[in-house]
Amino acid sequence: MIATAAPRRRRSLAAVLRRYGWSYLFVFPTFSLFVVFTLLPVVQGLVLSLQNARVTGGEFIGLANFEALAADPVFIQAVGNTVLYATVVVAAQITLALVVASLIQPLGPRAHVFYRALFYLPLVNSAILVAMVWRWIFNANPYGLANTALSTVGLGPYLWIGSSDQALIAVILSAVLTIPGGGVVLYSAAMGSLPRELYEAADLDGASPFSKWRHITVPLLRPTTLYLLVIYTILAFQLFERVYIMTNGGGPNNATITIVQLIYSTAFQFGRYGLASAMAVVLFGMALVVAVVQFRSLRSDVEY
Amino acid sequence: MSSIRQRLPVHVVLLLAGGLSLFPLYWLFLTSLSPTQYVVRVPPEIVPRELTGANYVRLFETTPIVRWLVNTVVIAGVITAFHLLFDSMAGYAFAKRRFPGKNVMFWLVVSTLTVPAQVTLIPVFFILRFLGLLDTYPGVILPGLADVFGIFLMKQFIQTLPTELEHAARVDGASEWQVYRHIIVPLSRPALAVLAIFTFQRYWNAFIFPLVILRDPSKYPVQVGLATLQGEFNTDYGMLMTGAAVAAIPMIAVFFAFQRQFIEGIRIGGVKG
Repeated sequence: MIATAAPRRRRSLAAVLRRYGWSYLFVFPTFSLFVVFTLLPVVQGLVLSLQNARVTGGEFIGLANFEALAADPVFIQAVGNTVLYATVVVAAQITLALVVASLIQPLGPRAHVFYRALFYLPLVNSAILVAMVWRWIFNANPYGLANTALSTVGLGPYLWIGSSDQALIAVILSAVLTIPGGGVVLYSAAMGSLPRELYEAADLDGASPFSKWRHITVPLLRPTTLYLLVIYTILAFQLFERVYIMTNGGGPNNATITIVQLIYSTAFQFGRYGLASAMAVVLFGMALVVAVVQFRSLRSDVEY
Repeated sequence: MSSIRQRLPVHVVLLLAGGLSLFPLYWLFLTSLSPTQYVVRVPPEIVPRELTGANYVRLFETTPIVRWLVNTVVIAGVITAFHLLFDSMAGYAFAKRRFPGKNVMFWLVVSTLTVPAQVTLIPVFFILRFLGLLDTYPGVILPGLADVFGIFLMKQFIQTLPTELEHAARVDGASEWQVYRHIIVPLSRPALAVLAIFTFQRYWNAFIFPLVILRDPSKYPVQVGLATLQGEFNTDYGMLMTGAAVAAIPMIAVFFAFQRQFIEGIRIGGVKG
């Protein structure tokens, strides 16, 4: 029976290959790389988080890593810093992108091209390079630019990145003080395709430009807003380069420690791969919760 | 005329906001071009009194920055070339062809779009160690070929292409590879340009993966090299800003050359990258 089944299966495999071989050939290179370097690692990360993996190997220890994290004040600090940074920075980014895109909207096409480029240019550079400049601006000396600027209004000098109270503020300010060019571009594109009828109706009712913006534009942009919230929040959760460079990887008294910074040091400086993998799982969970919650609320707006 | 007067305040606000965003970049270049005695001046001068290339000369003489730049061009260039080929092939199959398992495969690809890259960092490190690829260029390049943004981008674009040309080519006896090579690839040029720009920028700026994978400083890409300059020159901000400037210039040049693709890329692919 086995002997007769085998050739038939082989024949059908040959038929499948003849019919679909090219399709699999087209997909194979990128899909196999994706499986080996993305899909398997995600699964392996989950497995590692349940082991006490160190440089020399490890064994299964259940949820002990997660229990250790729940009791670890440094990890709790890292989660707190990451969430605080994400909340403040994302709120500022969404607001700034919306306001800037709204200001650009009524201008002519050439102004659109110019301003989109102007606001995107600062973002083409790496996080490392940008963080190096901000470290220089927020350095503790009186010749630091932030201190000079504040001294003109009688404030400071502050220690900034040298102080456990101010280091995280400096990191947050460095992110907030840059207009989020990607958000500006997406909002601009979305505004360009809003239906004209509602505005014409509002004009007939004598609505002011601000009230049109507040009651028509902003609600209609909700899908873009939610999309940007998800993407910017997940990006903010990955905060690493800024603190690595600006505050030497955590700042005084772990003032600027973040989840990714802690994953990096736990795994690659202390060799505790299992514990670091558990942190990565927490980060993954946070990103997943944000994505699910925000896409849920996006679906609910079909009822409008 | 009156509309210009009405819009003037808007332009002023936008230019101020843009100026603020660009200011760190200005400060970076200004510091790099200032003689050392002016760098630590109280108060610092926003408008330069004297410019010099001395920091640049010192940087090129005392650090392997040229080597780091070449490494980055090679690493980001190879990753970009492979993404263009592989992602357009896969995008074509996912967009236009039917085969068993297609939906499951595409669903798997899309489901990892929001996974933070750092989640895979430790397992990828283990896999590379198993393959003996730690501290090698292939070790940095291979994981870079696994990100799925390009598959998604190419699929979305190729879906919008008309199918008639493919049919016509097949009727004329073209092989499947010829259809891909002579019909799909030329028509996909706009999307390929966006993909090239985005991928190159992403890997020009990559940091944490090469930081973890590479040990030998002569193999570093420029971002990891910059981070080590900080340890070396500590508070010599003139030198640090010069290193940063040298790393910034190529990306800024690419941006000015391919502005349209950058903006188009955000519209198609979102703010990822």
